[in-house]
Amino acid sequence: MKYAEEFRDPIAARAVLDKIQQVVDQIGATAEKPVHIMEICGGHTHAIFRYGLDKLTPAGIEFIHGPGCPVCVLPMSRVDECVELAERPEVIFTTFGDAMRVPGTRKSLLQAKAEGADIRMVYSPLDALEIARRNPDREVVFFGLGFETTTPSTALSIQQAAREGLENFTVFCNHITVPPPIKALLDDPHMVLDGFVGPGHVSMVIGIHPYDFIAEDYGKPLVVAGFEPLDLLQSVLMVLEQIRDGRAEIENQYSRVVPDDGNPVSIAAIADVYEERPTFEWRGLGEIDASGLRIRDTYAAFDAEVKFGIGYGADRRIVAEPEGCSCGAVMTGRMKPVQCEQFGKGCTPEMPLGALMVSSEGACAAYYQYGGARAAEPAE
Amino acid sequence: MCLGIPGQIIEITDEARMMAMAEVSGVKREVNVSCIATGPIGDVVGKWALIHVGFAMSEIDEDEAAKTLEALRGLGEAEETLEAMAAGDAALEGRA
Repeated sequence: MKYAEEFRDPIAARAVLDKIQQVVDQIGATAEKPVHIMEICGGHTHAIFRYGLDKLTPAGIEFIHGPGCPVCVLPMSRVDECVELAERPEVIFTTFGDAMRVPGTRKSLLQAKAEGADIRMVYSPLDALEIARRNPDREVVFFGLGFETTTPSTALSIQQAAREGLENFTVFCNHITVPPPIKALLDDPHMVLDGFVGPGHVSMVIGIHPYDFIAEDYGKPLVVAGFEPLDLLQSVLMVLEQIRDGRAEIENQYSRVVPDDGNPVSIAAIADVYEERPTFEWRGLGEIDASGLRIRDTYAAFDAEVKFGIGYGADRRIVAEPEGCSCGAVMTGRMKPVQCEQFGKGCTPEMPLGALMVSSEGACAAYYQYGGARAAEPAE
Repeated sequence: MCLGIPGQIIEITDEARMMAMAEVSGVKREVNVSCIATGPIGDVVGKWALIHVGFAMSEIDEDEAAKTLEALRGLGEAEETLEAMAAGDAALEGRA
């Protein structure tokens, strides 16, 4: 328990860990026959490694790292399209910094910037709006990326641009939603999952009910969790108790921030600006039905795909993953990061081959950063 | 970009655009408050909120704000967000 002192309240952490051990024993889970719990969110993956929760919890629990890192699931073809947009002389391409180093087939945005493309890292789509106001003779494109937590910010920015009648602001929309890939994973016969820890900040926007199908149709528990290490441990305990009791419910451990029905202003803005795409490509997972959003026709003037004839609005081309990259297998839990032959050799956070090594929320980067001796252990 | 950071709303800067000044870990940053301003916009002044890519998304109490900030610092996410805010300011000037 060498990490336990890192907790703000080590006594409380100890008590929850004891209870977890008790329930794992009651379930009869062991290292050979573990309970599989998926933490969906990349922020949770990061916290699990940072605080060594996978080592603190009993061997009867195996964490499967979910697809909840938007940078990691971004397909290479979309990065290529970003570069294509950014290299247009009239365009100022604005993006969250996280996306800069994701490899495309030709280059990353960082490389394109080094070669002279006007690419600017921003904190918020509001920064992109302001750049558009200050540069009326340029086309300002914002790279809309992320799950339901970020979607309201671009929806509200597009509404604001419409109110102002801005004619040089568009969003290249790559927003994706959490529930569809969970359904896809549950439908995969090779995937063994016993329960889920749900992303707290996504539910801050959408509430907890979009996950009802996981309990009702698949009989699996999900607990929406906060980001403190103690939140995560308590959520794991709540999932385990449901498994022990034969219950499947959607519970809210993070109710101090997450209302069960989400944030009504955000939900209304998303519904006003966006609609579901029939299908959207996820790196490592392929095309998933109704998992991506596009800008509605009423806001077509703010849609970079329409304005520049690019992406899902034009020719779709599937791009193969780079040679030797196992991101897909890691993402679906078929392989641990250290089992990839490129891990720490041809693929490092400084020179990532695959997207899971790019973001601090990617499973490979988390293994690399916090793995230490663990990364050197023989493959399981 | 996926985790919100706690900040305190200190003044309204542009009512028409629903913008307010927030203080985030000692750094001042203009944010949009439309998601938390359910009544008169002035009511949000003094409140704490989780701020996500420039939008105050959920009202929280001061104690929760302190705990969340500590958790984010532990993950290095607080620093990352503050750096992103500085990068955003530079981008407005065309320096990023």
